[in-house]
Amino acid sequence: MSTASSARMTTADTTEAPLLQVRDLHVEFRTREGVAKAVNGVNYSVSAGETLAILGESGSGKSVSSQAVMGILDSPPGFITGGEILFKGRDLLTVGREDRRKIRGAQMAMVFQDALSALNPVLTVGYQLGEMFRTHKGTSRKDAKTKAVELMERVGIPGARERVNQYPHQFSGGMRQRVMIAMALALEPDLIIADEPTTALDVTVQAQVMELLADLQREYNMGLILITHDLGVVADVADKIAVMYAGRIVETAPVHELYARPAHPYTKGLLESIPRLDQKGRDLFAIKGLPPNLVRIPAGCAFNPRCPMAQEICRAEVPPLFAVTEADGAELAGRGSACHFWKETLHG
Amino acid sequence: MGRYVIRRLLQMIPVFIGTTFLIFYMVYALGDPVNAMFAGKAVDPAVAAQIRHQLWLDRPLWEQYLHYMGNIFQGNFGTAYNGEEVTTLMGTAFPNTLKLTTVAFSIECVLGILLGVFSGLKRGRFVDTLVLILTLLVISIPVFVIGLVAQYFIAVKWHIVDPSVAYGSPWQDLILPGAVLASVSLAYVARLTRTSVAENVRADYVRTAVAKGLPRRRVVTNHLLRNSLIPVVTFLGTDLGALMGGALVTERIFNIQGVGYYLYQGILQQNSPTVVGFVTILVIVYLVANLLVDLLYAVLDPRIRYA
Ligand SMILES: Nc1ncnc2c1ncn2[C@@H]1O[C@H](COP(=O)(O)OP(=O)(O)O)[C@@H](O)[C@H]1O
Ligand code: SF4
Ligand SMILES: [Mg+2]
Repeated sequence: MSTASSARMTTADTTEAPLLQVRDLHVEFRTREGVAKAVNGVNYSVSAGETLAILGESGSGKSVSSQAVMGILDSPPGFITGGEILFKGRDLLTVGREDRRKIRGAQMAMVFQDALSALNPVLTVGYQLGEMFRTHKGTSRKDAKTKAVELMERVGIPGARERVNQYPHQFSGGMRQRVMIAMALALEPDLIIADEPTTALDVTVQAQVMELLADLQREYNMGLILITHDLGVVADVADKIAVMYAGRIVETAPVHELYARPAHPYTKGLLESIPRLDQKGRDLFAIKGLPPNLVRIPAGCAFNPRCPMAQEICRAEVPPLFAVTEADGAELAGRGSACHFWKETLHG
Repeated sequence: MGRYVIRRLLQMIPVFIGTTFLIFYMVYALGDPVNAMFAGKAVDPAVAAQIRHQLWLDRPLWEQYLHYMGNIFQGNFGTAYNGEEVTTLMGTAFPNTLKLTTVAFSIECVLGILLGVFSGLKRGRFVDTLVLILTLLVISIPVFVIGLVAQYFIAVKWHIVDPSVAYGSPWQDLILPGAVLASVSLAYVARLTRTSVAENVRADYVRTAVAKGLPRRRVVTNHLLRNSLIPVVTFLGTDLGALMGGALVTERIFNIQGVGYYLYQGILQQNSPTVVGFVTILVIVYLVANLLVDLLYAVLDPRIRYA
């Protein structure tokens, strides 16, 4: 497994400990149908000022792993059964409930996919923003409202002074997502996790919201985890990408390298399924079949029933995250692939 | 908001006319009030005709109705079965029923919501199952059985309270009857609250509240309950009218001289001023309660207010 651990050190600056380090995280859901293994040994790290994109089909465990990091997992039925979540050097899984609560919102914050359902429908936007200051900082109601207006202006909501007393349903989708971002930004956290922040939005608005997130991240030098099932959305914003499949990270790479030269058949399939102008009319969905049932994940490589390159070994041995190199053995920083045949995939 | 109130007030007018006319018609169909007045004894036809004329009984029904309503709006509710003014009876009856209803309503709100919230938050656990079984039991047993059993054990056998409520209905005497009157509604409130809480506890906005690092107490009260109680408040409001009507049975069991008692006497004596007068007031109470609920609903749910 030495190859696996070397691939894990993906940050440019290895002398300083990363802001967040997730190590061998396991999460399962104990349901009536059986134990669904949603996260099976995930490793990743994010440094201050860095953007990590987590990419994968729906149901691959992206949300669950980030919920585990935030400490907002539905439990029961969800349980963290192993691993470490090191945040600023401290393992959050050993931190007491009350201390954990104080970290949430203040030091790490989350932007959810659907702002309409994620915001409370019966409370004003100003109240929900101000609540951050009131509960974490003991700010007075009046000052909290002022801060809410400032925040709304900061994320580019026009007429903030008037709109602070409005309710979420009175905002457009894009403006609502800006409110969500403002809420995450309120206490200037070190880390923001954005779980599909633009999926519910119109295409034209998507780019604006993504740009806003990227700008704020640069300005405040935050760590940013961008969860998405759409590679196109994150390509311009992310520094590095981790591809998830059936609760595992199957490939890691700096964003442009992953685009140019995937080292995992699953990533390759994902890239080929992105619609392109020059491929009009062709079958968009290059990956056949469906993601596995997490109660019965296939033995060996979880992707093997859908993989065009699968061999005997794929059904027998779980591939670790191999360090990916050039054909001549030259190191490729930050690249890893959990495929027995990564060389064939990358170098042909 | 102002326009909404006016619209709702205007909507109340046809409902008021419709219900009161229906009551009026039904009481009219009960039988001949003049015969009832003389307890079925033979009456001189000339005298009977005279009385009929005085009471507008020889006019078409709609004219009688208009005449009656005109009188009511001047505060004249007519004469009751025992020769007193109906308004005098109301002065005795309504405070007693109002007190009983207040006690029942308070018990219903506090206990019903508490039980519901508790079992909703602990869905599938022992407390939840217990609450579900108990409330189902209460709902399926008729109120008069609950009332009589409670009276037998708590008052007659264990002497914790008096079996019948003292004259003037002191508050402490009304706790047991209030609890009996509240029982079924309480069970419904508990179940409704439980369902609503259990549904909302998994809602995205609750998860957001947790992700914001709010203390659990604040998550539950300011976010979860603020939303979950909207349907409960609606139910409570409409139930207020139902409680006053349902008080009839409880009042008889515990010998409370309230609306139910006098209404019952009025029906027995076929005295239309008593019956129609009391029911008209009940209708007004019911309509006003409903209006308040709708307004409260709009206050609680901005999506309605700005629709
Ligand atoms: N509340 C839950 N109860 C039971 N199973 C869950 C729950 N949340 C997630 N899961 C399981 O975890 C898997 C991964 O979910 P998720 O992380 O939300 O996927 P995604 O990558 O689309 O964000 C789901 O397919 C499901 O089996
Ligand atoms: S390990 Fe085998 S099955 Fe899995 S992705 Fe690689 S080739 Fe395909
Ligand atoms: Mg998700």
